[in-house]
Amino acid sequence: MADTAVGATAVDGAGAPLTPVLTRRWAAPESWTLASYRELGGYRALPKALGVEPARVTELVKASGLRGRGGAGFPTGMKWSFLPPFDPAAPTPRYLVINADEGEPGTCKDIPMMMADPHSLIEGAIITSYAINAPFCAIYVRGEALHCLRRLAGAVREATAAGYLGRDILGSGYDLEIVVHAGAGAYICGEETALLDSLEGRRGQPRLKPPFPAVAGLYASPTVVNNVETICSVPPIVLHGADWYRSMGTEKSPGSKIYSLSGHVTRPGQYEAPMGTTLRQLLDSAGGMRDGIPLKFFTPGGSSTPIFTAEHLDVPLSFDDVAAAGSMLGTTALMCFNETVSVPWAVWKWLEFYKHESCGKCTPCREGTGWLVQILHRIVTGDGTAEDLDTLTSAAANIAGRSFCALGDAAATPVLSSFKWFRQEYEDLVTGVTPPLVGDRALGAGTVGTGTSTVGAHR
Amino acid sequence: MSHTEGRIGVPVFLETGQVFDELTHRRAEEIVGRYPVARSALLPLLHLVQSVEGCVSQPGIDFCAEQLDLTAAEVSAVATFYTMYKRRPCGEHLVSVCTNTLCAALGGDAIYSTLSAHLGVGHEETTGEPAEAGAPGTITLEHAECLAACDLAPVLQVDYEYFDEQTPDSALDLVLALQAGGSPTPTRGPALRNFRTAELEIAGIFPDADERVAGPSLAEPTVRGVRDAERTGQHAPPGDDVPIPPLPEK
Repeated sequence: MADTAVGATAVDGAGAPLTPVLTRRWAAPESWTLASYRELGGYRALPKALGVEPARVTELVKASGLRGRGGAGFPTGMKWSFLPPFDPAAPTPRYLVINADEGEPGTCKDIPMMMADPHSLIEGAIITSYAINAPFCAIYVRGEALHCLRRLAGAVREATAAGYLGRDILGSGYDLEIVVHAGAGAYICGEETALLDSLEGRRGQPRLKPPFPAVAGLYASPTVVNNVETICSVPPIVLHGADWYRSMGTEKSPGSKIYSLSGHVTRPGQYEAPMGTTLRQLLDSAGGMRDGIPLKFFTPGGSSTPIFTAEHLDVPLSFDDVAAAGSMLGTTALMCFNETVSVPWAVWKWLEFYKHESCGKCTPCREGTGWLVQILHRIVTGDGTAEDLDTLTSAAANIAGRSFCALGDAAATPVLSSFKWFRQEYEDLVTGVTPPLVGDRALGAGTVGTGTSTVGAHR
Repeated sequence: MSHTEGRIGVPVFLETGQVFDELTHRRAEEIVGRYPVARSALLPLLHLVQSVEGCVSQPGIDFCAEQLDLTAAEVSAVATFYTMYKRRPCGEHLVSVCTNTLCAALGGDAIYSTLSAHLGVGHEETTGEPAEAGAPGTITLEHAECLAACDLAPVLQVDYEYFDEQTPDSALDLVLALQAGGSPTPTRGPALRNFRTAELEIAGIFPDADERVAGPSLAEPTVRGVRDAERTGQHAPPGDDVPIPPLPEK
């Protein structure tokens, strides 16, 4: 890609080392069918797991170092082992709930996964349910992901007919039911306790922790909640072992990871590579920045993770390395924005999202997101004052750490992190020195979030 | 509907006059039977109601309450929380345009304004007379939050099927086709039907499952990484079938 201009972010080394493990079946013909899945090695991990006692599966996943792919990076095997000791005589069963409510802005890995390779999630769900002795598993899918719901329901039907699900799975004596459950359009339900309330047929509002779901989750029973990509990582680990898994990635963040590149990138898409791959490498694989316009800022893992700039192109994208550099790995949703994009405009649009999605349970988030939107709107439309900048950061700082769940923190993040790197842009806007930045040429030149944009019309 | 007639405060638009038939009752029972605790069926049941009524109507709320032995207030509290439950009857088609930051920067805002100007409606508004809501060619427009297809931005959905990599022109063509009674093929997903049949599937009832499941899903950006790997001979470290180790001794 030597001829691809990327301006200040010139990429010249090798691209990302591509290691398709989770994505390897995605381009196969009729990849979503049981026949295709089996032909490509599917349902081989399941009999192997069923052949050992459940605790050994948990121990294996612990040894693999797999960390949750939903954003927080909590060690998966450890999460499973936090369930109280299994007691067949316990009054309530244990549950596995899969968080497939993908909605974090920038995140777009689980939906293609479920669409292209639903059996991979089903096999992972059966193995995980077995490992934690759960007789029932719910996959909570974002309601808008209709084609995923279809594919998953189809996979459950096929797996049941083949004897991988239902009573006495493959003659092991183990019974499991999986229900594919649709949400109804609420980002907050990606928060695990809000998801549980929603799955119980209530408003999706987060619960106070403790008790954690491992102790009192779905129907107040011991519950494991894992992300789609996490569960899909389980069958390959069962098949090839912990050492194989650890041969990819970094010591503290092992394994293969789906990196989702979007934005002003020549070839956006899903690139699976070992944990610790850098954006520079990924951009090189993706043909660099589009139209030769340099990278201005990016999110390492969705809009809720502090933004990075071109200075951070070489940060290894692993949980610990990104944290050490001042952000969070999140969902490795790499939204890349070029020099034409106004940072205050981008932040205002994100805040419109958080305001809309705030569940209303706690005051800092419910009221605070509304105020942040109003102030940002003033600034972006040229009516802001110098005082607004202080009010904005002060309001954001008063939401962060004071809200009931992480949504409030997430809402403050774009504001606070953009001030860290791009304060001057806010100052230019309130002092009238407005550079002609736009989201894209499509928005019309010389306007900042106005013109054909939706100032004042958005909800 | 007689059981809501004369109720104070029930807006006329909620009185769609539809009766939930035998089939809907059977489907509701089937949905409730999937869960260890009946109330878990409330979200799917509200989708089921929308598949019949085109929105969550007052009779729909009463229907859910009856199925689950809840009060109408408990059901309303849930129905009003979620974006996908519509309080006014949806058009034949629901067009949801992502205007979150990334899509907006790549043209999502322009797509939304183009459609809004063409249809003459704003967020959560429907073309045509209210009495005709759901009639052929009617369209409800909405801003959508991130639709989790950012590598395919800018995106929109019609009846929750993906139309990826749109432009204002392609989106306008799409909407013109919908208004003319066409059934455009999504980028990912089977041929469009309408909002109500989409809601039935979201409720977990899949008529014509085999045909619908096979609708396309493969978008070029989705498989770029895996195809690049294949083309350049890259792969994950080869793995043997390694036995699961015994538990460590305590």
